[in-house]
Amino acid sequence: MTAPATTSSVTDDDAEAPARTAVDDPFDKDVLPTPPGATGALLRSLLAPMRARVALTSLLLLLQQAAVQAGPLLVAYAIDRAVPAFRADDHGPLVAVGVGYLLCALVSGGLQYAFLITSARVNQDALLDLRGRIFRHAQALSLDFHERYTSGRLISRSTTDVESLRELLSEGLQELVTVILSFLYISAMLLWLDLGLGAVAVASFVPLYLLVRIYQRRAGQVFRARSTAIAAVIVKFVETMNGIRPVRAFRREAVNDADFGVLNRRHERINGDALLEMARYVTGSRLVANTAVAVIVLWGATRVADGSLALGVLAAAVLYLRRLYDPIDRLAMFLNSYQSAAASLEKIAGLLAQTPSVPEPSAPRELPARESELPGREVVFDGVSFGYRTGGEILPRFDLTLPAGQTVAVVGSTGAGKSTLAKLLARFYDPSGGRVLLDGVDLRELAVPELRRGVVMVTQEAFLFSGTVAENIAIGRPDASREEIERAAKAIGAHEFISALPDGYDTDVRKRGGRISAGQRQLVAFARALLADPAVLILDEATSSLDVPGERAVQAAMATVLKGRTAVVIAHRLSTVEIADRVLVMEHGRIVEDGSPAALIAGTGRFAELHRAWRDSLA
Amino acid sequence: MPRTPETASRDRSAVRSLLRLWPYVRPVRTRLFTAAFVAVLASCTGLVIPLVLKWMVDGPVADRDTTGVWLGALCLLLLGFAEALLFGLRRWLVARPLSHVEAEMRTDLYARLQRLPVAFHDRWASGQLLSRATADLGLLRMFLAFPLTFLLVNSVTILLGVVIMLLQDWRLGLVILGPAVPVVVMCVYFENRYAVVARRAQDQAGDLTTVVEESVLGIRIIKGFGRHRSQARAFRELSSTLRGTELRKARLLATIWAVIVTLPEVAIGAALVLGSVRVADGELSAGTLVAFLSTALALRWPVDSIGFLLAMSQEAATATERYFEVMDEPPEEPDGDRGGRAPVVDGGLRFDGVTFRYPDASPDSPPTLDGVDLHIRPGESMALVGATGSGKTTLTALVPRLHEVTAGRITLDGEDITALSREELRSRVAVAFEEPTLFSASVGENVLMGAADGAGAVELERALDVAQADFAHALPQGVETQVGEQGLSLSGGQRQRLALARAVVGRPRFLVLDDPLSALDVHTEAAVEAALRQVLADTTALIVAHRPSTVLLADRVALLSDGRVTAVGTHHELLRSNAEYAHLMSGEPSVSRFESPLRTTYGSTHGTTFETRSGEQEADRR
Repeated sequence: MTAPATTSSVTDDDAEAPARTAVDDPFDKDVLPTPPGATGALLRSLLAPMRARVALTSLLLLLQQAAVQAGPLLVAYAIDRAVPAFRADDHGPLVAVGVGYLLCALVSGGLQYAFLITSARVNQDALLDLRGRIFRHAQALSLDFHERYTSGRLISRSTTDVESLRELLSEGLQELVTVILSFLYISAMLLWLDLGLGAVAVASFVPLYLLVRIYQRRAGQVFRARSTAIAAVIVKFVETMNGIRPVRAFRREAVNDADFGVLNRRHERINGDALLEMARYVTGSRLVANTAVAVIVLWGATRVADGSLALGVLAAAVLYLRRLYDPIDRLAMFLNSYQSAAASLEKIAGLLAQTPSVPEPSAPRELPARESELPGREVVFDGVSFGYRTGGEILPRFDLTLPAGQTVAVVGSTGAGKSTLAKLLARFYDPSGGRVLLDGVDLRELAVPELRRGVVMVTQEAFLFSGTVAENIAIGRPDASREEIERAAKAIGAHEFISALPDGYDTDVRKRGGRISAGQRQLVAFARALLADPAVLILDEATSSLDVPGERAVQAAMATVLKGRTAVVIAHRLSTVEIADRVLVMEHGRIVEDGSPAALIAGTGRFAELHRAWRDSLA
Repeated sequence: MPRTPETASRDRSAVRSLLRLWPYVRPVRTRLFTAAFVAVLASCTGLVIPLVLKWMVDGPVADRDTTGVWLGALCLLLLGFAEALLFGLRRWLVARPLSHVEAEMRTDLYARLQRLPVAFHDRWASGQLLSRATADLGLLRMFLAFPLTFLLVNSVTILLGVVIMLLQDWRLGLVILGPAVPVVVMCVYFENRYAVVARRAQDQAGDLTTVVEESVLGIRIIKGFGRHRSQARAFRELSSTLRGTELRKARLLATIWAVIVTLPEVAIGAALVLGSVRVADGELSAGTLVAFLSTALALRWPVDSIGFLLAMSQEAATATERYFEVMDEPPEEPDGDRGGRAPVVDGGLRFDGVTFRYPDASPDSPPTLDGVDLHIRPGESMALVGATGSGKTTLTALVPRLHEVTAGRITLDGEDITALSREELRSRVAVAFEEPTLFSASVGENVLMGAADGAGAVELERALDVAQADFAHALPQGVETQVGEQGLSLSGGQRQRLALARAVVGRPRFLVLDDPLSALDVHTEAAVEAALRQVLADTTALIVAHRPSTVLLADRVALLSDGRVTAVGTHHELLRSNAEYAHLMSGEPSVSRFESPLRTTYGSTHGTTFETRSGEQEADRR
């Protein structure tokens, strides 16, 4: 919503859109194929490096629960043994009870502390690992993926989805382990105290288990419906806020209120359903638990009355029972966080399972040393063809050689394949067939730093990163000095407006007064490219938001900058052609005309016609 | 993502913040209070159970009275049922009302946000607004459902439990109460430190989100310059910092927990030993000891939970603050309050000494627009030309009042736009923005948004025709195809044409187009221009133009320079007479624009009233 942050991704190849309209496209529904077992494998691979610490965590919890659960046992011992012994003036047992209880308290507190810290470390390391993996993987995935996945989804993968896993790891898992451990301990204790009473307690697990299963199934459905409902609310919300100008201008407020109201009410209803499911589960499980307590007390008390059970044992059993059923509510909470985390993890696993269609080479080669002083390099498209993976050939097989130092203008109507040609040269895409060679080396064999010393592409989409203007230009070459940055800005005609900003080059582009117009953003993008100083420079509609003088200034700068450099310039407007040594006219993915501007203008082909139309439009 | 604009550090009392929720809670107060009452009842029932146990142990069990045992067990069973049903009833009572409160608050937030000035949206990242509408409101619902009720319930339970224990045996009761003071002190101390660290963790998570967001939005640049490794490094540094803060948070939490777990347990141990001695001495019945210990254990959860209930309340208070930060923003000024009557009788679109400075710009900076005078006659189309960054887009935003003029006024057919309701104003003026935004709806719906209700296929066809957007019929489901974030992604050129169709579909009296053809190739542009000329023949239009081809759509051209309109005339007139214009259109460096200050070059040659005068002269000639 901040004006400078918005990207204007105007102008792309029109032809791309219809190619991706396969009806069951998983991208449209946000369900990327997740290989079977990938979710579990992801979780395992996150925890595997910390196997020792996970084991330690479990051990700490095991011991801690043992210490906690010793309490009622000591109560039973105190009542049945220590009290009679005390009456017989034997203070030993009672002292033992006191010391034992104190020890249990201290040990369980200490273990709790150790456990929380160890498990926090395990969780945070796993999250750090997962965040890094998502980030690096998203960065490594090629542009065709990004064009289809939408930025919103990728952002929610790395934020809300990681967050739900964080909740599971930091609270849920501990809950689960605690619940299971205390179930095991307490059942064992009860059985040990008295087989019969223990058996009744264990028998009560059967209806509880059934309740949990029913809840899991029903709540699962409600949760899925709820996450869909809230997603719809979020999409509507974000769309409105990001498009606030057209919303205002076209008086959509009332209509939006109504639409949003519908989505919001649906979420309200499902949310209420989810809370009611929880209410049912809690009521049911409490009923079972309290019934079990009553039955055990009845039976136990009867047996104490007829002398077949010690009073202390009954007391301990009752104390244990209360503890036994306490964590039932927490089990439901664990199920909640588990279900949402499982859904998130599945989506993340689906993302991580995507393979980059433009992989980095395993054995990179280096570009040969330049033969001349000049910065340019030769580009060869060798039998190249290109089609999207979804089908449809965009560029039929072609050969093309761009000698070092040549400036080539590519023209043609929308959807002719100009941008695709540029993206192949920049290795945003790999060709479906053939090779793209830079000084004889296949682009696929170049490591990224080497590739980007070779080829840099400036698109018309001039995104600014948060930070200062100088930092944004320095993306072209991070080690550039301030002087070099200013020189690049001056060369492109951006120095004047940058100096006029409140803090000049140090103006934060997201802060007060950092308002930068679309045209000015493009100038910054150019300065960035100049600073990068590549052998081959590609300009894809890089001047669409500039006015004529701005474009002229850029071209004047380019005339000197491009000297000796290989350059490919794509523009709807033919003014660019004036600085070109050579013009390629593309149509339906084919190069239909190829020659010097003068020769083509003099001829009778498409370019001559385009050029006439353009001349006329200048009037 | 820019950080949330810093808020005045008001009185940050958590209670005062939370009290602001009352208007939303009020409609459901009956249910909420009933639920709290039911919860107290349920907790009390839980506390009675140990007393029944005591009665059984000391009475029927000791007396070997089987009937008594059965009676006791029956009591237990009934109490157990009551407890379970009461807890269920509490949840049932609040489930729907609380979802309703959350939804109401979200609806209000959304409605308010839609009506806040555009300048507000320029300042705030959408992510910050979204997190208020989702995460923060969820927190508030949780707060109303849980901590609010249970702080009350647990206090009552603890109080009652303590009374029961004191009544049963005041000495043991005092022993149990012993650690209360140190626990409370420790809790308060750590809660405060925890709140600080938790806030820091939130901020760092926000920074991390910023890097993620930018790395996705700027992926072409990162890939284009091969910067993904340095980007990943920056990400790694930030996420490591976050990990450090989270671990500090965990240490604080672990300390609180350890204290809360240990001290009461020690007290219970002491009570056990002391109680056993007294039972041995015959001063206390075994049943009382059992009941006492089960009461103490029954109080464990209420005591333990107070720590996290308070933490949740703290978070809810922050969430409330964040919510009202937005709700307290003043909305757009109400309509028609500046009812400057219009003595001007002429029609068309007139700018009269319009001055504009962005509200967030520093007051001593020069205004973006500084006294713009311009008159567009009825039915006339005027191109607006100016250097990059001269304020053209800003000027167009003033007409539909997306921003409010700082000084001067704009009139439509003689009526001051501030005297019209925004609804009325925006129904008269249609706009196509430089950045063509489509909403998640079908192509047809997106276009027809610009038309009055009841417009149908005929209008749609005509608009698509004007904008040369026939491609819409070739889409998978034709004009029914879903577009926008959740639909088919169209190219920039396609979106631009649909946005243009949306602007012309309602046959508006006034049309404002911001560089509407920038993404089109020469052929398409020519076709659109030909069709657009028909529309413009009887529409009053202001068209931002960068290129001669677009300028030629208009009858006349206004040159915007240094915040003012410095020349008005036909394209050819200005080409001949105005050096700056000729430079902008041809790019020939006829004037060394980049070396001499603009004002001295042009400001003196053209008076500020020149354009209105020439406009009126031409009107006279008609």
